[in-house]
Amino acid sequence: MLVTFADKMNEPANRAALAFRAAVDQQEWPDVIETSTSLVSTYLEVNLALTPLQGIVEQLQDLLKSRDWYQAALPNGRSLWHVPTVYGTDLAPQLEEAAALADVDPDTAIRQISSSRVRVLTIGFAPGQPYMGELSETWNIPRQKGLTKAVPPGALVIAIRQIIVFTNAAPTGWRHIGQTAFGTFLPQTPRPFTLAPGDELIFPSVDRASFDQINDSSGLGGADRETIA
Amino acid sequence: MTAHLTITAAGPAMSVQDLGRTGYRAVGLTVGGAADRRALYEGAALLGQSADSAAIEMAGSGGSFVSDADVRFALTGASMAAKLDGEPLVWNASHLLPKGSTLTVGGAQAGTYGYLHIGGGIATPVVMGARSSHLAGGIGKLLATGDVLPIGKDTRKDVSNTLPADPRFSGGVVRMVASAQTADFASETVSRFTSTAFQRDPRGNRMGVRMAMDGDGFAMESGLSIVSEVVVPGDIQIAGDGSPYVLMYECQTTGGYPRIGTVLPCDMPRVAQAQAGAELRFEMLDLQDAIGVQARALNELKALRAAVTPLVRDPAEIRDLLSYQLIGGAVSAQANPFD
Repeated sequence: MLVTFADKMNEPANRAALAFRAAVDQQEWPDVIETSTSLVSTYLEVNLALTPLQGIVEQLQDLLKSRDWYQAALPNGRSLWHVPTVYGTDLAPQLEEAAALADVDPDTAIRQISSSRVRVLTIGFAPGQPYMGELSETWNIPRQKGLTKAVPPGALVIAIRQIIVFTNAAPTGWRHIGQTAFGTFLPQTPRPFTLAPGDELIFPSVDRASFDQINDSSGLGGADRETIA
Repeated sequence: MTAHLTITAAGPAMSVQDLGRTGYRAVGLTVGGAADRRALYEGAALLGQSADSAAIEMAGSGGSFVSDADVRFALTGASMAAKLDGEPLVWNASHLLPKGSTLTVGGAQAGTYGYLHIGGGIATPVVMGARSSHLAGGIGKLLATGDVLPIGKDTRKDVSNTLPADPRFSGGVVRMVASAQTADFASETVSRFTSTAFQRDPRGNRMGVRMAMDGDGFAMESGLSIVSEVVVPGDIQIAGDGSPYVLMYECQTTGGYPRIGTVLPCDMPRVAQAQAGAELRFEMLDLQDAIGVQARALNELKALRAAVTPLVRDPAEIRDLLSYQLIGGAVSAQANPFD
């Protein structure tokens, strides 16, 4: 079951989805198998072959009426990350293509994206993989029609005012504009999921030589973390 | 002592699978687990154990296996040419693998995913609540030649049981319901979708299966810029080129392509098992009818154990026929048995 707070990405709807999921979890309804959020929705998994639909719909409607979810605050204890990134080159071959679609030259594209502070809107697609935004309207570029067969782990990709760092090698319709060594899912470590919704990130541009020198024993690709007060 | 199963030759895409792991969707990990859930229930029924037991999933073809103890095993899913020390074995049945004997499993004859279940289950370490490899999510890996897998404690001894064959290996009708975005498609597009004969495309894996067809795709006008939304196994996603993909259990948690509908969980094995080129058609059910169909299918899974019957062996195929005591039960045809 999906509870959707908007038909397009917007800030209040994103906060509402996060807060509503937290509230559903607090109810501890026995029929709810698991919950999650997307950019603007809260998702509940219920086995409808065992649970009457009407009852769960009424419970959700009562909870929705209990407060104004669009006024909800962001989660506490958020982090700000600085993630070294190589833009373009053979490591990230679609920078020029994305810049052309946004109608800017590649240098301007790098300047704009590397100075943007984006927020984790949701985690999804693959373990720990962040959808981040929103970039300026310049970057409201569509996904490509075909799928890129695979981008590597750490790939920074762009579409519809959002960027993603890929957790694992995977096919995608988003354009590959930068490369990081930032591990978003580290299953062998005490903190397997690096990011949480609400965390913020900046992707400063580094040259290829300094990128190659990053000591990657932590799996975080030279990223720095600070706490948002 | 823990028994072990050694893989002496691994097929190209074998992995340990169970019913998957729930509870990690919020951090980006879908449930994963066996592509054909029904096959797991069948294996569990044949061996008289829990359907949670982990098994070896074999995509396309199997491999060779040796154990360091006598172990029971069952073969379900797509039928593959199986032999025990060179002697053919019946598929969809349970057997004994004596210590040191070699079980070989060849290529799929019908369907895509075959399963090797072991009495006591495969007992590899539990990772985040399950043993299944989630290859797209980066948990576990494909099995390789030389891998040695621990086996759980088996509490039973019965073998040579079978189940009636279930027809799900050559395509057919797949039932679906409307998804969150079905209404955003033109109604002609949806009715054209449900009247199209698709072929399972060779491009298919544990994440998704592409459907090939003649004629135009099923694109929605704003299809390339809709907001990324939750996707679930069974969702039929229309990619940018208009071709449908049925998402499987190892799919991503979110996706930005529109979905024309969602396949019922009970019909997912039919999608998973269809071989490349097999014809599939989609039938739209309303939600209440679909709930009824799915509830009946769940009851059918529960009843599998009661459907298990002893394997009737053809004497011509029993290699050690002469070692059997065949005349001990002889009676006189003239004598009155009630005297």
